[in-house]
Amino acid sequence: MLVQVLAVLLAIAYLIPVYMTVVTSLKAPEEISFMTAWELPSVPNWESYSVAFKQFAPYLKNSFILAIAATLISAAMGSLNGYVLCKYPIPGANIIMPLIVFGMFIPYQSILVPLFQFMQKTKLYGGLPGLILVHVVYGLPITTLLFRSFYEEIPDELLGAASIDGADFFGIFRYLIIPLSGPPFLVVCIWQFTQIWNEFLFAVTLARPDAQPITVALANLAGGQAVSWNLPMAGSILAALPTVLIYVLLGRYFVRGLLAGALKG
Amino acid sequence: MQSRRDQLVAAVIILPSIVLLGIFVYGFIAQTMRVSVTDWGQEAAMSLKPEIHHVGSANYRGLFSGFLNMRFRQDLTNMFFFTLLFVGLSLLVGLLLATLIDQLVWGETFFRTVFLYPMSLSLVVTGTIWRWMLQPRGGINVLPTLAGLPAGQFLWLSSREQSLTFDWSHIFHYICLAVLIVLALMAYGHWCQGEKKRLRSKLIICAVLVGILASGVLTRIRLLDYPEEHGFNKALWGVVIAAVWQMSGYTMALYLAGLRTIPDELREAARVDGASKFQIYRYVDLPLLKPITASAIVILGHIALKIFDLIFAMAGPDHYPTSVPAITMFLKTFRGNELAVGSAIGVILLILVSLLIIPYLVNSFSTGER
Repeated sequence: MLVQVLAVLLAIAYLIPVYMTVVTSLKAPEEISFMTAWELPSVPNWESYSVAFKQFAPYLKNSFILAIAATLISAAMGSLNGYVLCKYPIPGANIIMPLIVFGMFIPYQSILVPLFQFMQKTKLYGGLPGLILVHVVYGLPITTLLFRSFYEEIPDELLGAASIDGADFFGIFRYLIIPLSGPPFLVVCIWQFTQIWNEFLFAVTLARPDAQPITVALANLAGGQAVSWNLPMAGSILAALPTVLIYVLLGRYFVRGLLAGALKG
Repeated sequence: MQSRRDQLVAAVIILPSIVLLGIFVYGFIAQTMRVSVTDWGQEAAMSLKPEIHHVGSANYRGLFSGFLNMRFRQDLTNMFFFTLLFVGLSLLVGLLLATLIDQLVWGETFFRTVFLYPMSLSLVVTGTIWRWMLQPRGGINVLPTLAGLPAGQFLWLSSREQSLTFDWSHIFHYICLAVLIVLALMAYGHWCQGEKKRLRSKLIICAVLVGILASGVLTRIRLLDYPEEHGFNKALWGVVIAAVWQMSGYTMALYLAGLRTIPDELREAARVDGASKFQIYRYVDLPLLKPITASAIVILGHIALKIFDLIFAMAGPDHYPTSVPAITMFLKTFRGNELAVGSAIGVILLILVSLLIIPYLVNSFSTGER
């Protein structure tokens, strides 16, 4: 019983920021004050959301284009890489895998200056295609790692049988691997979409204002002075909604990605 | 079973990814290192044909002992204390939550979902929300007034107070001291486990370090000609709270997965031997969670060293008390046009992260793999 009470109290503590965010976002600017921060609004001010949405719509669109495109491309490439690294003898595969995985742990500050130069030279700097490329490349380590560990569960005998039946590299991939890749693909896509949607460093350094994703727009709005707090709070909810919805609806797959990323090294 | 042709196709398929990562990871790291030993910056950053000179380790020396880079040294200090507090508290809270959930009679899925949802948020969203929660005269500081108590006074993000101050010119002395403490803790662990050989080697190293510290050699090496005080900025507490709120669910998920893999027979055997519920937890469950703690320290530690978005959103990049190297790298490179100095900070961050990650990768790819 004590355990249950403690769990409820902790759950309330973890949800307090949500309460504060929603309550503040629904107040009229003149009603927001420090002393009454915890009180409910006298009249809900839905206008915060329409104003925030109008202001954020272009950036939300950027984020959706960026996250969906980069997720699909990096997942497709990761799936092929995982298939190759798991089922085909590549010379030096034992060294290649840790070298690939190292790429997902590096602090991006250590590649940012050359990346910036590269983007400017190739005219990719500032726009969404450049950002998509960057997220695809730096997403490859995790997508490759996740798919490889999923494909290790497919027995080699199955592939052997298929190749005796005359299936070649693409035949096996198309008719054997892809049909078995449903759940892994979901795990990888959820992971990548969440990461890219939430990313900030590349977004703030490599995008011109018209190509900025939602995280940069939110940081700019909240960081600016003289803005009443209902707008950044409504904006936070808009920026959080897609990933939170995915988490609530598909939490099982989200957690699988989370665990696989840590334990399989 | 595989034809030569298929093997060739496989190699061709993986080649683009390897080339891309080779350039974007290893090529760019090499280029960053090259830039970090030049004087590229200021006017040279702007001109089309910049005149760049090789300056050796000048940028690094400037960061660690130059008069102008005092901020960077406080950044390193902040990063150190943030990493320590963030990793320690996330592990502790995560373990507590996992243990709690493991004992629940009902609502397990619900509570797990609630404790883990902050993980799905962007650090920018977390930072924005907690910036409001931690306003000096609002948010959680006025929470006690709802119960008729006096309001809290702590300045979560804007405090200028410092504690645990030390003199940077004696930094080697303190690094040696920190290493000694870590080794002593490890030695204690070996002692508890009865690992005599490991205990002996750790104790020998500890004795040598104590000798070095006592001899005072390290305090005679002076990095600076003048004393420069750095210490734990209390403003970091705000960042630590938000970060732990966000990431403790992650450690909880790791520990929970670990608890679920402990076979029931093991606990049952302990129960038959007369172990109490607490004893089973202490002597069966906790030791088996150790490898999880090790990987959690690596994962959380490297996140802590890289932390950028959260501080940017919570306090802004120009807020000196909560700044870290990643923030100063951003300012130097993209506002100050000091590309070489920014690169040097990037290399320093890479070295610190590598110290954590490379042993971890070597370990996970050499054991339990084909």
